[in-house]
Amino acid sequence: MEEIKAAIEAAVPGAGVEFVPNPGSAAEHSLRLVPASAIAVATFLRDDADLALDFLSNVSGVDWPDKEIAEKVKVTRTVTKTVDGIEQQVEETVDETRKRVEPGCLEAVYHLYSVAKKHGPLVIRMRTGNRSDRVDLPSLTPVWRAAEFQEREVFDLYGIIFTGHPDLRRLLMWEGFKDHPMRKDYVEPDDYEYEPTPHDQVLARALEHKSRD
Amino acid sequence: MDQNLKIELGKQGVLVTTIEELYNWGRRSSVWPMQFGLACCAIEMIATTMARYDLARFGAEVFRPSPRQADLMIVSGTVTKKMAPQVVRLYNQMAEPRYVIAMGACAISGGPFKQGYNVLKGIDRYIPVDVHIPGCPPRPEALLQAFITLQKKIDGQHLTGPDRPRYLDASAQGEFPVPEQGAHDLEPASNAGVWPVPITIR
Repeated sequence: MEEIKAAIEAAVPGAGVEFVPNPGSAAEHSLRLVPASAIAVATFLRDDADLALDFLSNVSGVDWPDKEIAEKVKVTRTVTKTVDGIEQQVEETVDETRKRVEPGCLEAVYHLYSVAKKHGPLVIRMRTGNRSDRVDLPSLTPVWRAAEFQEREVFDLYGIIFTGHPDLRRLLMWEGFKDHPMRKDYVEPDDYEYEPTPHDQVLARALEHKSRD
Repeated sequence: MDQNLKIELGKQGVLVTTIEELYNWGRRSSVWPMQFGLACCAIEMIATTMARYDLARFGAEVFRPSPRQADLMIVSGTVTKKMAPQVVRLYNQMAEPRYVIAMGACAISGGPFKQGYNVLKGIDRYIPVDVHIPGCPPRPEALLQAFITLQKKIDGQHLTGPDRPRYLDASAQGEFPVPEQGAHDLEPASNAGVWPVPITIR
């Protein structure tokens, strides 16, 4: 993986490829591309004689919602306190919970194989700027034709706009559908029906539905 | 007519029937299904028509490719929200008398995809279903059972009277509204005349 990264950086100056390790037992590490240079890197991966990644197996979307992180910070501050009847300034260390919001994004993941060299998969990823208005990524359909329908599906279900895609329409849902159903914050229409044994999320939905009527 | 008298006359070589019986016999013995399948249940439907199970024994061997020539719609498989308007439109295009068999878990309730975002939770939300078959997918025997059930239902229908079928009732609804594909869901989410929204009993 490191070799591939070095090869990319040698071939495409300023590629800005980032290595994303996978700590799990699968150890399927990946490379994160910068959208600006993605086409050049993808073309290199396909055309390089040693890599020859000529087969795009799979395109997936990932939704990373805005994450609220609560962390405890030790804060030292000066407090006025009454000690032994005398008012004085005392330094005190207090645990404070601070919350910060890590902005979310949408991600497209591509699995590449080489039929000619019989190796793979190489996983490459791209991230959008955010989840609302900067959701465009360069389409890799000009490089691998197999991406066409899968990018349409990702566009349909996640709302990533692939610039340079020859025919970017919804694939599964109908024209005029507004939502992107695979996003974490998708709200399903309330067409709930009686379920004999509701549990977990279905139970929560059932209770919400019951409170409505 | 008295059944015993009829049997007696039959022994003497006299066949007696009524227009209603003859009419229902004719209809139930030539129910032609429409040739369309939606998902994996359609494979079982195809198996039912083949030599081993032989749906032709019941007079339903002719699968018509046009809704105008079909009497029976076998909704065989998952009805997605994208497909639902087309299914309702096809049903509207069928000539009366027409019947519907909802085949399999998906067609009757959404099945394993019930909690999904793009699957209709049962075709009976939009069109009147005569026979529901559970199963995922139902075996060909189950489809035959549904077919025999439908034939019994046809046999029991009267030409006149308050319980006459819909197509003999001039005031009954014949055209079913085709749902629109809205911004978030099908609109309306169900046809209240066909499928009353279940009331929660607490």
